[in-house]
Amino acid sequence: MDNPIIITKNLNFWYGAFHALKNINLNMKANKITAIIGPSGCGKSTLLRVFNRMNDLIEGVRAEGEVLIDEMNILNNKADLVVLRKRVGMVFQRPNPFPLSVYENIVFGKRIHAAVEARDQLDEIVEKSLKSVSLWEELKDRLNKSALRLSLEQKQRLCIARLIAVKPDVLLMDEPCSTLDPQATSRIEELMHELKNNYTIIIVTHNMQQAARVSDDTGFMLLGELIEFKKTQEIFTAPFDKRTEDYITGRYG
Amino acid sequence: MIKNPYRTQNIAFFFLFLATLLIVIPVGLIVVLIIQKGLPAINWQFLFSLPRQGMRAGGIFPAIIGTIYLVAGAIIFALPIGLLAAVYLSEYAKDNLLTRIIKLAIVNLSGVPSVVYGLFGLVLFVVFFKFGASIISGSLTLGIMILPVIITTSREALESVPYSFREVSLSLGASKWQTIRHIVLPNAIPGILTGTILGLGRVAGETAPILFTVAAFYLPQLPKSIFDQVMALPYHLYVISTQVPNVDEKMRYGTALVLLALVLFMNLVTVIIRYKFRKKKKW
Repeated sequence: MDNPIIITKNLNFWYGAFHALKNINLNMKANKITAIIGPSGCGKSTLLRVFNRMNDLIEGVRAEGEVLIDEMNILNNKADLVVLRKRVGMVFQRPNPFPLSVYENIVFGKRIHAAVEARDQLDEIVEKSLKSVSLWEELKDRLNKSALRLSLEQKQRLCIARLIAVKPDVLLMDEPCSTLDPQATSRIEELMHELKNNYTIIIVTHNMQQAARVSDDTGFMLLGELIEFKKTQEIFTAPFDKRTEDYITGRYG
Repeated sequence: MIKNPYRTQNIAFFFLFLATLLIVIPVGLIVVLIIQKGLPAINWQFLFSLPRQGMRAGGIFPAIIGTIYLVAGAIIFALPIGLLAAVYLSEYAKDNLLTRIIKLAIVNLSGVPSVVYGLFGLVLFVVFFKFGASIISGSLTLGIMILPVIITTSREALESVPYSFREVSLSLGASKWQTIRHIVLPNAIPGILTGTILGLGRVAGETAPILFTVAAFYLPQLPKSIFDQVMALPYHLYVISTQVPNVDEKMRYGTALVLLALVLFMNLVTVIIRYKFRKKKKW
């Protein structure tokens, strides 16, 4: 299971004239949690959004190099974004359920992807997805209530369930706990550990302790460069680069 | 002198309240006056029979039907086209000089006097397309007149749907069109309906655009096809108020009351639909 699922080769990225990612080379392994840490503006979210090409929504962006997901270069113009985004899903910083019922939120992906399925099949998907994020017991009697009435933590779990219903391989998490309280954060971290068995998770976080707690590998970024990338334990105990050491010991950030 | 913040606040409140009152009172007075003078004229015969004796007696049924046809026709024409144009402008068009000029032009079009639309309709639909003075010419003219309102309000409604909804939808693998169809449009419906209400009111009440394109002076029969002329309430009101001598006052106010009630009723239906959608979608 140690074979890499995402490989970047000399990845460079520009917003207009701003060089946001500089020569990024890394391998992310399947069924592991990879954390990307670094101070604000270092390009960690940009890197995350390269993997599902969400940066394409912004005008005037440009990418060079290669990003291979299962040996297919997703930066290729011919890459099918619908297929890519089905495989590589994203959890956002702010929980963002649609203003629909809990049920409709989860089956949204299924409905979009044309698989016209019978009601009982959809019911099953809803149950499975909610169970996998430990929301089923809480919400099974409230499936037709608006998702906007849930607590922040429930909303974020629902967003993860909505993503899981599309059956992706990779989950990109962009500071998924930054709006949650510490208890909710630790429960979401537990959830990530469970999800690791079936998904490859890449998490961008501000919170070094979180990276240390949840991830297997950690990359440290600074001003668009990937300074260091190795096993989480190693990076936090024996950083190779002076800048990494300064960051994780709290000299800046 | 020491400034008393509470006194300043009270003075500000007073003027704000006064301004609101100045808007409410005239509207209230108009409604009361029309109801008071018009209500005695309202009966079954007035509403559902044809005019007689050169419009001095009988009912206004053809004018009611005519106005309903014109409103329906204008909305059927203007709502889909306006909505599609709004979707294009807010979702697909690149934000460049041309787009901005087009948007500005559309906003300005809603300020063009309605009689200009009337002349335009006369030239294009009545003469060039040879539709003659007919329901179709009138509906299309009225439709073109309200297009800017519908496009502008729909565009605003679409643009007020949070960006994060689109982002999530796309990140789940939905195409741009699926995102618009399943996420953006349903959440914009209340705003779009507001534009439609504004359009409805204008269509029902305008006289100038239908003057040259459809309205009949006196036509005591119902239209048989969309290529027939019809009477319409606003024009009928104008006719019996200024062109025909010795019309009973209560008939004029009765006609105005019917027009008012018709517009209110149509607005009410739209408001109910909008409310239903609002209740379902909330963020």
